[in-house]
Parts: sequence; structure tokens; C-alpha cells
Amino acid sequence: MSLFLIAALPFLGAVFPALLIRAGRNAAASAAGFTTLLAFVGLMLHIPAVFRGDTVQASIDWLPALGLNANFFLDGLGFLFAAMILGIGLLIILYARFYLSREDPMGQFFCYLLLFQGAMVGIVLSDNILLLLVFWELTSLSSFLLIGYWKHLPEGRQGARMALAVTGSGGLAMIAGMLMLGHIVGSYDLSVILQNKDAIQASPLYLPALILILLGCFTKSAQFPFHFWLPHAMAAPTPVSAYLHSATMVKAGLFLMARLWPVLAGTPEWFYIVATTGLVTMLVGAMIALFKDDLKALLAFSTVSHLGLITMLLGFGTKIAAVVAVFHIINHATFKAALFMTAGIVDHEAGTRDIKRLGGLRHLMPVTFAIGTVAALSMAGIPPLNGFLSKEMMLEEAAHTTWYGSALLVPVLVTVAALFSAAYSFRFIAHVFLGPKRDDYPGHPHDPNTGMWIGPAFLVTLVVLIGLASAKIAGPLVATAAGAVIGGGELPYYSLKLWHGLTPALYMSIVAVIGGVVFLALHAQLTRIWTALPRPEAKQIFEALVRALTRTARVVTDGLHNGALTRYAAIMVTFTVIIGYAAYRGGTLGAATREMQTAGLLPVVGWFALVVSTLFIVAKHRNRLVALVLIGVVGLVVSMAFNYLSAPDLALTQISVEVVTIILMLLALNFMPKETPVETPLPTRLRDGAISVVAGLGAGGLIYALMMRDFAFPTISDYHLANSYKGGGGTNVVNVILVDFRGYDTFGEIIVLGIAAMVIFALTEAVLNSRVRAYLLNRKPDLPQAGDAHPLMMVVATRVMMPLALMVAAYIFFRGHNLPGGGFIAGLIAAIAIIMQYMASGFGWATERQRYPYHAIIGSGVLIAAATGMGAWFNGMPFLTSAFGYIHWEPLEEFEWATAALFDLGVFLAVVGAVLLALESLSRFAWQPGISSEHAMDINPARDEAAKTGTEG
Amino acid sequence: MDHLLIAPVVLPALVAPFIIMAVRHHIDLQRIFSVASAVLLAAISVTLAAKAADGSVYVYELGDWPAPFGIVLVLDRLSGMMIVLTALLALPVLLYAIGSGWDTRGSNFHALFQFQLMGIMGAFLTGDAFNLFVFFEVLLIASYGLMIHSGGTRRFQAGVQYVVFNLLGSTLFLFALGTLYAVTGTLNMADLAVKVAQTPAEETALLRVAAVLLLLVFAIKAALLPLHFWLPSAYANAPMPVAALFAIMTKVGAYSILRIYTLVFGPEVEATNGLTQSWLLPAALLTLLAGAIGVLGSRKLGRLAAFGAISSMGTLLIAISLFTPAATAAALYYLVHSTLAAALLFLVADLVIERQGRWILPQLPMPQTGLISALFFAAAIALAGMPPLSGFLGKLLVLDATRNDTMATWIWGVILVGSLITILGMARAGSQLFWKGHGLPQETADEPGEVPAVAAPVAQLPFVACFGLLFGLVVLTVFAGPATRYAEATAAQLFTPTAYIETVLGTEAE
Repeated sequence: MSLFLIAALPFLGAVFPALLIRAGRNAAASAAGFTTLLAFVGLMLHIPAVFRGDTVQASIDWLPALGLNANFFLDGLGFLFAAMILGIGLLIILYARFYLSREDPMGQFFCYLLLFQGAMVGIVLSDNILLLLVFWELTSLSSFLLIGYWKHLPEGRQGARMALAVTGSGGLAMIAGMLMLGHIVGSYDLSVILQNKDAIQASPLYLPALILILLGCFTKSAQFPFHFWLPHAMAAPTPVSAYLHSATMVKAGLFLMARLWPVLAGTPEWFYIVATTGLVTMLVGAMIALFKDDLKALLAFSTVSHLGLITMLLGFGTKIAAVVAVFHIINHATFKAALFMTAGIVDHEAGTRDIKRLGGLRHLMPVTFAIGTVAALSMAGIPPLNGFLSKEMMLEEAAHTTWYGSALLVPVLVTVAALFSAAYSFRFIAHVFLGPKRDDYPGHPHDPNTGMWIGPAFLVTLVVLIGLASAKIAGPLVATAAGAVIGGGELPYYSLKLWHGLTPALYMSIVAVIGGVVFLALHAQLTRIWTALPRPEAKQIFEALVRALTRTARVVTDGLHNGALTRYAAIMVTFTVIIGYAAYRGGTLGAATREMQTAGLLPVVGWFALVVSTLFIVAKHRNRLVALVLIGVVGLVVSMAFNYLSAPDLALTQISVEVVTIILMLLALNFMPKETPVETPLPTRLRDGAISVVAGLGAGGLIYALMMRDFAFPTISDYHLANSYKGGGGTNVVNVILVDFRGYDTFGEIIVLGIAAMVIFALTEAVLNSRVRAYLLNRKPDLPQAGDAHPLMMVVATRVMMPLALMVAAYIFFRGHNLPGGGFIAGLIAAIAIIMQYMASGFGWATERQRYPYHAIIGSGVLIAAATGMGAWFNGMPFLTSAFGYIHWEPLEEFEWATAALFDLGVFLAVVGAVLLALESLSRFAWQPGISSEHAMDINPARDEAAKTGTEG
Repeated sequence: MDHLLIAPVVLPALVAPFIIMAVRHHIDLQRIFSVASAVLLAAISVTLAAKAADGSVYVYELGDWPAPFGIVLVLDRLSGMMIVLTALLALPVLLYAIGSGWDTRGSNFHALFQFQLMGIMGAFLTGDAFNLFVFFEVLLIASYGLMIHSGGTRRFQAGVQYVVFNLLGSTLFLFALGTLYAVTGTLNMADLAVKVAQTPAEETALLRVAAVLLLLVFAIKAALLPLHFWLPSAYANAPMPVAALFAIMTKVGAYSILRIYTLVFGPEVEATNGLTQSWLLPAALLTLLAGAIGVLGSRKLGRLAAFGAISSMGTLLIAISLFTPAATAAALYYLVHSTLAAALLFLVADLVIERQGRWILPQLPMPQTGLISALFFAAAIALAGMPPLSGFLGKLLVLDATRNDTMATWIWGVILVGSLITILGMARAGSQLFWKGHGLPQETADEPGEVPAVAAPVAQLPFVACFGLLFGLVVLTVFAGPATRYAEATAAQLFTPTAYIETVLGTEAE
């Protein structure tokens, strides 16, 4: 079977349980089991090749740009792990089917489990370290789901997050390490990397890469000081614990260390980091395990300890130690999975897994007792079980190891660890199964149905068989896998047998077992000492850390983004000034090429008016009305300046925009209080003042520098001047630019205007649909109102003005192409003409006579402009290409026609519609259907009765 | 000349006014026209991108005025990619807005949506610096309208901040363009490139100011720290489908930086040399960290998604700030990914918010919790850059492309630590939202995909939209090879702008 299929099957299979759960729990479990079985059989088909020493490969290019390819390969090591993952996976699926209760969503469970299984298989089959990273992180994610499976348990959620945080961060470190490794070698393919031991170990990046990769391995394999997540992951259902912590997840780190062993091991750095970590972990894990009362916690720490043992063996860096490591991986998987399942059975049937509440179960659960005892004895290293064999070999290796000049340190510590290991194994047997029968079990202990015990029983059979006939049963597998670990070359001499003679290892073993029995006998006293000892509680430290981190994040984020717009703006302006100034300093400024002009009287007066009104705005800005009036002054001065500087088009535009804007803003004042409150303290205001002065000076300086210099290149304006009449049919180049050269910009801008009006509409609509409306209507005016809302003179005057104003608009519109004017200005003038009616005669009066919805006018304007532009297509020309010509109809004078005028009509309509929609939106809050108000603008219908005497004409 | 090139702008510009004019009071008709327009837009964009994929540059001279005197639209690989991304994002977002009923909670949603699309498309296609300003205005004002859609105090407050801050940016844009024009006398981007390259060495100061002001404008849009302040509350308080569409808006800023700083102020240009190196990368690193920290510190789901978007912008800007072809290729791949991922997260956030409010608090299991939590999980791992989705590949590409940089240690450190913080934040939020509620009393059992027993029936369209985006991410992952090849070709085209300039100015040797 293709390696792709083996790796993909669990992922494909993950879909079925999630769907099939509606067909029942058996369907879901069978689907999961069947896909796993299929993958397992597929793997087994490769046995001949693997045991021949071949590597099976399969590859597809995935992301060649990065060197990340879907390359898989299968050698002895991969085979061993894949077989464990899929084989034990099968047993776990069977076990879980009976373990989970009716309330647990089993479809989800198998879905997550298979995702996890797929990720694990992916890791061990990857021939590309980036691909391996993908699967590596996937195991973190899927285990997160598995550990947190019992959502309602806080321990489950916390454990899941802790596992994700620890293994996830290790995974991230490993990303960096792997990228470095690939950088050194020039390839991310494992098969290439494994050939480059010398290059890797000679590289200056070796140590950082090693540390980062090991961080990944150590966190995953729960090595000290990252071991603390593993016991808390026990909040998961027992099948998960059995799977993750015996055969799979925690072994992933070991796998990777073994995988990269040929290229990373053998250096002092490797030895001191890996062997030391392993040794400490082994010791610490074993000691803690003895004092745990929770069965699963005991097993969890024993797992930590055994993982440390294997890590230490890999860390020794000798070939024979690597062989032993492989052997112990197999043995640990068999007895530990069995033990976890046993613990699960006890928990399931007795209703508790607290050792203090158990005991005497051998009478009630004989089958479970048998299974648990054999597995625990193997864990303790009692002959003739398989645990004994690998532990002997480990002790043998440890006995020869010198650590920093000390020949005793490692053997002594290892013996102590083995002693604790024996002690907690005995405790598992003695305090759970032996002893008198009790009558206060929370449940009714009895042996479970066959489905639950058949799995562990099978594993225990293996434990015994490997112990008795190791060379026959495990020999070839160990040889093949170990051969893959040490990366070619001859396997060192070793022999898998029970009796090695009277070696140091035997004595150490005997000491450990006897010591273990003694420690068990003294357990009560030892526990008292242990409890009295101060020791850090990893979970609390971790959670405090995360809490502190979260709190800091919250404080930083909320403090930084406190919602104060002035501060945001201050930061932005300051940043801009600094960066702009730095950029300016980095270049050189050429000499000024223009003369400074002398200022006439008129400009000086204008300038003075501008400065004074600006200063007044600063002083008086809290009074909104005054500020608005002063802004109007600024606008007028600016438009006069345009006029003075021979820009009549701009002046016209500016002045009409100014009028319309000020009117609209005056209307908007109705929604607001008259004054702005003082909200910022003086220092802040001074700070902001200083920033604005600096920014203003900067902007002024920039403009000064620009105006004193000619263009460095000929400008495109010359072309516009030259082609305005010839190509655009108009002599007013400003208008031709607007409707022709850059008609597309204008098209965009009328849309902006139209949208702005729609936004004002939406804003006021939303406001007026809320209770704000009532508030506004009932508000007492804080200033006396004008007595006469509809002065007769004004009403009459505006109505007379209306046609005149519209004529002016038409005039401005039509002359636009050749003389100052155009659709934009004309639109504003027409809008002003209509606004006058609203002002003089009232909103109700004006609205009643208004036939076309303003939305539609905006829409039609944009549509006409667009349609004009598209008209060019039928002529084979690009969008917005203008056409013009001249018509001579007697008795009229010859006149010009231009499509640009049609475009300008669109502009006109859009402007009119936008301005009036804005006006309507802002002023209609007092208006209600059916009330044809008699008050101008309906500013406030609650005005005093006296106002009503000023009647309409 | 092929008029299809302007269709992405003209089509929504026709549909939107038609909607406000003719069918303003008929929501069904609005929906039909809006969706039809989005579908057509997608088809047009794909056609255009396919044309540009071979490396040709297409120019559309508006009003038949030759460049640099009139405005031109330019289609190359980058614009092609961006318009396709926009169109493919718009469709699911629109479907979501319809399915969730968001489009009926205020007026003119569809018209504004189309205008927004028009603005984005116009910005991606234009070859003229001032026209870019115009389209920035279009998309700003349309986005403001969408942002405050359906109203409410918080939304209005956030809206004011959004629009004021961005108007400051627009003012800056005008300063930049004025300066640029005053020095070079032109606004056409290709022509600017020619003129900038010829600028005499003793007159670089003003040009440099213009260049850097322009960059700051784009950085505001791209939410670069410390110019990002407008984003969190704006995105968090906008209707979530709108925020999902906004995922492309920050990319407009990123796109503009890429465009202008490869075409006009490219790495070889003497005059503007060294303008960005000293601060752009550190600012991008801080952006990533600020985003990640924000994800962890968020108490509301909308804010969490907004900060997620900021952190993804940080990663993107890190890659962009190096201005090397390899890093740019990585940036382009990541850009596509982060747009889809951020949009997905916003939509999923809306699914949750609609059911149990905007706070990240444990609550009783909501209807369809299995499906929603699965989607949240997917969106979270996508945005945090975890496998198996494209975020991980994008992150690897960025890390790989930056490994020879002098700041590589910082870049790697920040990206990886940022990922970790994001993961922590996402895990915290997910566990609170989807797990902790199961511990509350009145537990109800649930299965993935189980038909909800409580609450009103929910239309399936929102889920179709979410899965559509997720599907996009999956496609991007599976076809990462072709995608990166396209990104590399795009980057190569960007860093050899001769063809672009010659095609636009019509100076290429025939």
C-alpha cells in the first residue's frame, strides 16, 4: 500500500465517525477501527522490504519553492513507530467503544482520535522535516481537542490549554530549529540531511538549531522542566491517556531525537543537554510518581520517568545505548498502554481512581488484577518480563557512563530512579489489588466485559512473550529499527536475553527491587516527609504565568487603545513629522529657483484675516456656532485668494462649496449641544498644541520649499494646455481636465459625494429611529429663538430668486466648457436655490413640492456619467473618451455639442442630489408624516406661539 | 483595446446607482442584483487575471488620452491577483450578509457594498497616483457607510474615530501628491518611476519627503503600528460581515506599498535609498506583537478578530518591508491567506455573536455549537498560522525568505512568539466560548452537526459562506505549489518594472 494512503487513511477515516454517529455508536467505532486496521494491514505489507533493510519511498511535490514536499519514507524506525501507533490505536478504539458512556459524543471522540493518529503516522513517515513540522503541530492541535474532550470538566479545559501551550511553543521553537537545519544542509529532505553529519556539526548554527529542535522534543516528550503538562493531560478520558502517553504523542519527541540521532548525536553538547535532561527527568518523574494517589497521575509521572530514561539513553550517544533505547520504547509502549487501560477499567468499575479508596480488588476483579500485575511488574523490572530486559541493558550502559569526570554520578542516580520506579510499580499492585476487600467503593467493582479487557490482555501477553523469548519475537524488529536509528553501519554487539551473568547491572537491579519493596513498606512515613517538603506546584505556577500574561496583554492593549481619538491623532502626527523630517534630512535640497514675490496690500489683508480668524477658532472652538462662522471666514478668504491668483474656477467652486457646507453644518448643530465640554487636562492640551504647531510649521516649510522651486521636469500641464481645445473641445482647461483629461477622477469624486450623502442619510435615519429623536424634540433651546420663523420678506424673495438662481446655474453649466463654470459649480448653485426654499418656507412645504427622491437623483447622475463614458465603447474608444462637434442651425449661431456636457450633467445631478439628500436628512428630524409644518426648516416645532403669527405667504 | 479591463470598476459603479435609483425599497431585488454583480465581477476578474498571468502588462487609457497625460488603468500579475482575491472574498461575504439578514438592518447596504467593491477594484487597477487617491476616498467613504450600517452608539463612536483618522490620512495623501507633483510634474506611476530615477542627486530632499509621506498614508491603511489605532474599534464594532470585507481593505495599503515602492521608489533608486529600512521592519514587528497581544487580551470576540487581523498585517508587512523578490513572493502568498483567514474569523465571530453576544464568556451551548466551534477552530488555526491550513505554509515562507536578513533573529523570534501568543489567546477564547458553557447547569447534549432543538431556524447561507472561505484556504494549501509559483512570478515582475513602464508610456521597442 502506498505510504500516502497509509498516512492519509486516518484523516479520511476521521470523517466517518463524525458522520456515522447518527447510525449508532457501533457504526462510528467500526468505521474508526476499520480504517485503522486497513492502514495497519497496509503497513504490514511492507514488512519484507523493511526487514530487508530497504526504505520504501513515495513523494509528490507540494511546495517546491520552499523545499516542502510531500515526501514519505518508511524504514525500520518509521515502521516500528507506525506499527505501534496503528496497532495500539486499534486496541484503543476497541477499548474506547466500551469505555465511553452513552452521554459522551462518541463520533467526536473517534474523529479527534483518528485525526491525532493520522498526524502521528505522518510524523513517523515524513521524509521532509517541514512536512514533519506540519504533522508535529497537528498532533498538538488534535491532542488539544482530545484532552479537552470532556468539555464540562475544568481540569480538562485547563489541561488541554496547558498541553497546547507547552507543546505548541516547543513546536514553534522547533520550526526555527528545523529551518536552520535545512539552511545548513541546503535541503529539508531527511534522507539528505541524514547524510550530512559533518556539515551540520561543523556549522556555527549547530548549537542554536540543536537547542531549538530539542526544545520541541523535550516539550513533546514531557522532559524536565516541561514535564508538568503531561499529568494534567490526564483529565482526558482514559483511552486518550493510554494512547497519547504510552505509544504516541509523548513518544514523538523520542522519535525525532532517534530520527536525527545520526546527525545530531555524538557531540558533547548533545550528551550534556540530552543525557542530563533525561537523567533528571527520570529521577524526578519516578520520585513524584511514588507519592501520587491518583492512579492515572501515578502512571503519568511514571511515563515521564520512563521517557527520561529513553531520552537519557539516546543522549549517551553510543550506538549500543541507542539500541537499548529502541528496545525500551517497544517495551514501555506495551506495558504502559496495558497499565493505563487497567487504570481505566478500575476507574470505570470501581468509580474512583484514588488509590487511598481502593484496595482488595483482586477478589472482585481477578482478570484486571492479573493484567495489571503483570504489566506493573514489567514496569518495575522484574524478570522474566520485558521491562526487566531493557532496564538491565539500560543499567549496564549507565554503569559505564562518565558525567563531567564523575564515574559514579550516573550509575547512582539511575539506581535511585530505578528504586523509585520499582516502588511505585509495587504500590500500584499492592494498594489497588492486594489488601483486604473494602465495603466503601464508590462503584460496584467487577471485571469489565471482554471488549474492555481484551486489549490490555493482548498487550500483557506481548510483555510476557518478549520477556521470555525476546531474541525471537522482538529481535528482528529491534535490529531493524536500531539500524535505522544509528544510520547505517554495523550494529554493535548486543544480546537480548534474561541472564547476562553477574554484571554491575544485576546488582543495581537487585538494589533497586529490594529498595523498592522497602520504600513501599515505608510509604506512609515517606509520604509525610514528602508532603512536608516545599516543592513548586507546576500547575499553579503555569496558570499564574498565563493569568499574568493575559492580564498584561489586557492592560497593554486597553491602555494602548483607550479610544481617545486625540491621542491617536497626536501619535500619528508626531510619527509623521519625525519620519518626514528624517527623510528630509537624508536628502539634499537644491537651491531655490524662484524669486520671493513682494506682498501687495490685498494679500496682506487676506493673510491677516486668515490668521486672525484661525486664532479665534482656536480660542473659541468650544462654542460650535462661533467656530463654524469663523471657519466660514477662512473659506471665504481662501476663495478670494484663488480669485486673486487667477483661478476663477477654483474660486467659484470654493465659495459655493463653502456656502453649502456651512449650511449643512449649521443644520448638524441641531443634533449637538452648543458648547463642547472641556475633557482634556491642560498638559494634554499643551502637548497637543505643541504637536500641532510643529506639524503646522513642517507643512508650511514643505509648501514654502515647493513654491520656491520650479518643477524639476516639464509638467504634464503643458500638454493639457496645448490639447484642451484641440482634443477636448473646450477652452477652459480646468473644466476639460475635470470632465475629459481626468474625467475618471471626477467620476470617482461624484460617487464619493453621493455616498457621503447616503451615509448622512443612514446616520440620521439610525439616530432618528432611536430615542434620540424624542430627546431632540423635547430639548429646551438654550438660547432665545428668532421670533419669526418665516419672515414674509424672505419667503417672497427666495421664491422670486428660485428661477433666477436656476438660470444662473444653467448658465454656469453651459459656459463651463469654455469659461469658468461647469457641472459641479452649477450643481451647487442649483442646490443652493432649492435650499433657500427649504429655509424660507419650511421643510414640510418644500418636501411636499419635491417630486423626485434625492437618492434617485444621485443614482441618475452617476448612471448618466457612467453611461456617457460607456458610450465611447460603441465608437470603439475607451471609457470616457469624449466626442464633440459643431452644429449650425439657422437662425441660431453655431454652437458646440460635446459628450463631455452629458458627463457634466451627470456631475450636476449627482451634486444636486447629494447636497439635497444631506440637507433633507439633517433637517427632517422634526418632521413627521402628515404634519405639514408651518415652521421654517422645522428646526423646532415647539417654538412659541408668537412665532406662528409670522404666516406663510 | 479591451474594455474588459475597466469592467471591474464600471460594473459595480452601474449596479450601485441602479440599486439606489430603481430598487431602493425592494430588498429581494437588491439582493439579486448585488449577488449577480458579485458573480459577474468574479468571472471578469478571473478572466483578467488569466490574461495577465503570462506576464503581459495591459494598459487602458481612459478618455483615449495617452499616458502620462490622462489616467491609465494597468493590469499586471499583481493587480490581477488582487482583483480576483477581492471578488472571491466579496461573494461569500455578500452571501453571508444576506443569509444573516445583516443587509436588512439599515438602508442601502447593497449599494454601499457595490460602491465599496468599485473603490477597491479601482485602487488595484489604477496606474495613476492621484487616481489612487480618488479611489482611496471612494473606499473610505463607502466603508464608513458600511461600518455604521444599522447604527448604535458604539458603532457611531467607532465610526467617528475611523473616519476622522482616515481623513487625516487622506490629508497626508494630498500633501504627498502635491509634493510629488511639484517635484516631478507628473502623476502617472510609470512616468513617476522614470522621473524619480532621473532626479538630480542634489534635489532629493523633497522627493524623499513625498516618498515617505506616501508610505505613511499606505501604512495607515495597512494598520502599521503606530498608525493602526483606527482599526481595532472600527473592525470590532462594524457589522461583522462588513469587517470581513474589510479584510481586503488593509491589503489595499499593503498593495500600494508594494506597488509604489517597487515601481517608483524601487530598491535601486538612489534618491530614496535607505528611507524605509531603519523603521519599517521594526514597526512591522511591533504590529505583529501588538496584534498578538491584543488577541490574548481581548474580552470581546469582535476585538479578538480585529487584533488577529492586525497581527496578520504585521506578518505581511514584515515580509514586504524587506523588498526582496523572495520575501515579496512570500508576502503575496501570505496576503491571500490572511485575507481569507481574517474574513473567515470575522464571519465565525458573527455566528457566535448572533447567538450569544459579543463577550467572550462561558455560556450555555448555543444552537449548532458543534459546527460553529469547528469553524472557529479552523479560523483560529488559520490565523494563528498552524497547520494544516495555508497560514502555516505562509509563515514558513516568510521565515524562509527572511533568514538571510541581518534582522533575521528578531524576525523569527517575533513571528514565532507572536504565533504562540495568538495560539494562547485563541485557545483561551475557544475554550471559554465553546467548552466552558458545558459545565454550566442545564447542560444539553450535542453532537457535531446536530440539528438544533432550540432557537429559531437559521438559514444555511451563512454556513455556506463560511465554508466557502474555508474551502478557499484549503485550496490555497493544497495548491501551494502553483500558488507560490504565481507569487514568485508576480514578485519577479514587480522587481523588474521595465516592461510595466514601457507598456504604459508606449516606449517599448516594437
